[in-house]
Amino acid sequence: MASVSPASVADKYDVIVVGSGAAGGQAAYTLAMEGARVLMIEAGRRYDPVSETPMFQTNDSAPLRGAGTPDKYFGFHDATVGGGWTVPGEPYTNASDEEGRQFTWWRARMLGGRTNHWGRIALRNGPYDFRPYSRDGLGFDWPISYEDVAPYYDKVEMLIGVFGSNEGLENTPGSPPGVLLPPPRARIGELLARQRGRRLGIPVIPIHRAVLTRALDHRAVPAKLHPGNARAQRILAEDMQNRAACFWATPCGRGCSIRANYQATTVHLPPALATGNLDILANAMAREVLLDARGRASGVAYVDKTTGLEHRASARAVVLAASACETVRLLLNSKSRSFPDGLANSSGLVGKYIMDTVGAEWGGQVPLLEGLPPHNEDGAGGGHVYVPWWLYKEQRQGRLGFARGYHVEFGTGKMMPGADGPYLPDAGGRTSFGLRLKEDARRYYGSYVSFTGRGEMIPNRDSFCEIDPAVVDKWGIPALRFHWRWSEHEIRQAAHMQRTFADWIEAMGGANTKAPDPDGRRAIHAGGAIIHEVGGTIMGSSPSSSVTNPWSQTWDVKNLFVADGGVFASNADKNPTLTIMALAWRTADRVLDEMRKGGI
Amino acid sequence: MENPMRTPDPIRIDRRVAIRWMLTASAGAMLARAPSFGAAATEAPKSPRGAPASGYGLDPDLLKAYKPGDLWPLTFSASQRREVAALCDVVIPADERSPSASQVGVTDFIDEFVSAPYPDNVRDARMILDGLAWLDGESTRRYGAAFAEASEAQRAALCEDIAHEAPAGAGLKGAAEFFRRFRSLVAGGFYTTPVGMKDIGYVGNVPLARFDGPPADLVERLGLADEVKW
Repeated sequence: MASVSPASVADKYDVIVVGSGAAGGQAAYTLAMEGARVLMIEAGRRYDPVSETPMFQTNDSAPLRGAGTPDKYFGFHDATVGGGWTVPGEPYTNASDEEGRQFTWWRARMLGGRTNHWGRIALRNGPYDFRPYSRDGLGFDWPISYEDVAPYYDKVEMLIGVFGSNEGLENTPGSPPGVLLPPPRARIGELLARQRGRRLGIPVIPIHRAVLTRALDHRAVPAKLHPGNARAQRILAEDMQNRAACFWATPCGRGCSIRANYQATTVHLPPALATGNLDILANAMAREVLLDARGRASGVAYVDKTTGLEHRASARAVVLAASACETVRLLLNSKSRSFPDGLANSSGLVGKYIMDTVGAEWGGQVPLLEGLPPHNEDGAGGGHVYVPWWLYKEQRQGRLGFARGYHVEFGTGKMMPGADGPYLPDAGGRTSFGLRLKEDARRYYGSYVSFTGRGEMIPNRDSFCEIDPAVVDKWGIPALRFHWRWSEHEIRQAAHMQRTFADWIEAMGGANTKAPDPDGRRAIHAGGAIIHEVGGTIMGSSPSSSVTNPWSQTWDVKNLFVADGGVFASNADKNPTLTIMALAWRTADRVLDEMRKGGI
Repeated sequence: MENPMRTPDPIRIDRRVAIRWMLTASAGAMLARAPSFGAAATEAPKSPRGAPASGYGLDPDLLKAYKPGDLWPLTFSASQRREVAALCDVVIPADERSPSASQVGVTDFIDEFVSAPYPDNVRDARMILDGLAWLDGESTRRYGAAFAEASEAQRAALCEDIAHEAPAGAGLKGAAEFFRRFRSLVAGGFYTTPVGMKDIGYVGNVPLARFDGPPADLVERLGLADEVKW
């Protein structure tokens, strides 16, 4: 394991990668496997899921029965360590205190970043998702198409392992034969939702999640991912054999010590480290990208968080994968005579067009699911099915009042009880207690169904981040200030989600305890709350309208790349992580290509 | 700000609590937003995402098995413990399938909960401690005995009066909210234990060689056989 300290950092690397999550992990993996010498800089501590993951711990062995707290918002056993909505000494601010104009920022300060706890939902963007402006005149088209990214989706899916199926639905691409792992069986509540959803025209199909429903094919896959590179193939084949298939227990959000799901720390970093080409510098807060006399990136200045001292590392190229907003912050804090407004910011667009995902939920109790015989519903952790956006035609006809779609995720089944206790209907306003409570708990446990809508946000001028002139973090690095506004498209979409889900609960034979609020403002989560923030360094076809070119290479600085979600020119309803990885692989290929050609 | 951790003089708090409940009863709109009937007297932050309190921190040992008292001191007095145990067992009594809440350590969990330094806990502790004080006072008024010393039937009758979102008795709204919150804590505490999980039929958290989905006869019974496509 090449864990380095400021004292042992090499004099010069081929590439510095800032960040170690989906983007940094994938970029470092591709670069190191193909022979580049890489230094990865991570602001958090080293983290080893194999030895640190609480797998079978029950909630009664956790403080407060495992409930979320400001220290561990998603529950005590959640894999996020050293991060959250607030990070001590690392502030950010909101420009407005108006309701609905707040952005909330989740930061994981740890090796592997947010990939350690994420939901593992791994959906491809579809062809429409790269051409949104052409379809409805809103937002921006990407300078690349689905066909440009598809080969990288294939590769990432084969590397990390994604289960799912090819259903051939509109704008919901399949994968080539043999790429996806078999989907797990649907749970009973999911089957009922599928049957009753059909009556409403809602298609329920297997979801795609990065969980190994069987062991990866270590004989066939490595050669497909690293053609002509025998060493990389050997290393990957060996590592794939050290990943076990899912044993159908323990929540994915805790991470996975048997490496059955994807985390950068269990999938990207072990083989990359095995090449000997990757050095990882943890507890290092990148402060500035350095420029040489020719206007090229020469390295990164960082603060060693264990000593507070600043150091510099040098490389031929720099890849930013710090997360969309942290990358913006780093660029805006990298000021020089040639870039007085921040590095790679000649367009003035660094920090602009931050997008999150629209989120709203609804749930209800379904009598058909009451008192079912106990059976193990843990499965692969999250939902086994989902609904891709299905109202493309109605939307084209202008019948919905909002321009973009959403997908639906499910919560059903007798999952491990948490601090909130099992669902109790408290019928008639009566607080159930005594023997009646025990009977209620037995009867209603597992009969509550929830639907989660995740929708596309259209980029807008009022949602962006910039440097707050008055606030710095504990190392004196200027902090970000956010501006936020949902448009009517997102607000109406959130209301549509709740209306649809309430109808669906009724179609399942359930009753809604209240009617959904027709005003989506009360349904929609705050900006950033879904933790899908992208944009801020969007890619485009010209230096005046974008920060990077179609290869995620900044227009202004040839050897400076952005591998994270910052380059997204739109934020489809599909969860961004798989696309981040596909683009990071593609970006790393570009870096390698440019280095081979001597361009950088 | 008053220190909710200190056990107050019961007579004084009775009066203060009574006044506060009268005030809040006439301010229904505010109550709807404030889960604690003592909220007006606290400085609990508006957002659960407020600044981290001095709890277990952002990077606790996740592998360790914790018990109440390991991370912050418990604060119930002996008489409060007796009262909480009694109330726990009104909420979840023993039956032929499982023991009562106090028998599986829920009293300790409630103590851990009200003693925790996080803003939500501090806010709810206020409501719970006020509620416990009210309950003892009311039990004494009605039956001449503190709640823990009252008979089983008396305890149940008292709880029955506040086991409703809109209780019939004048001025009982705050007590009813306390009871609903306390009940939820007891249920959370009980059903997270191995005994509680077994009681409601949670049979997961064990490694399996394969995942077969729901039993075929159940799928058949619910008319869902056609939905099993994969």
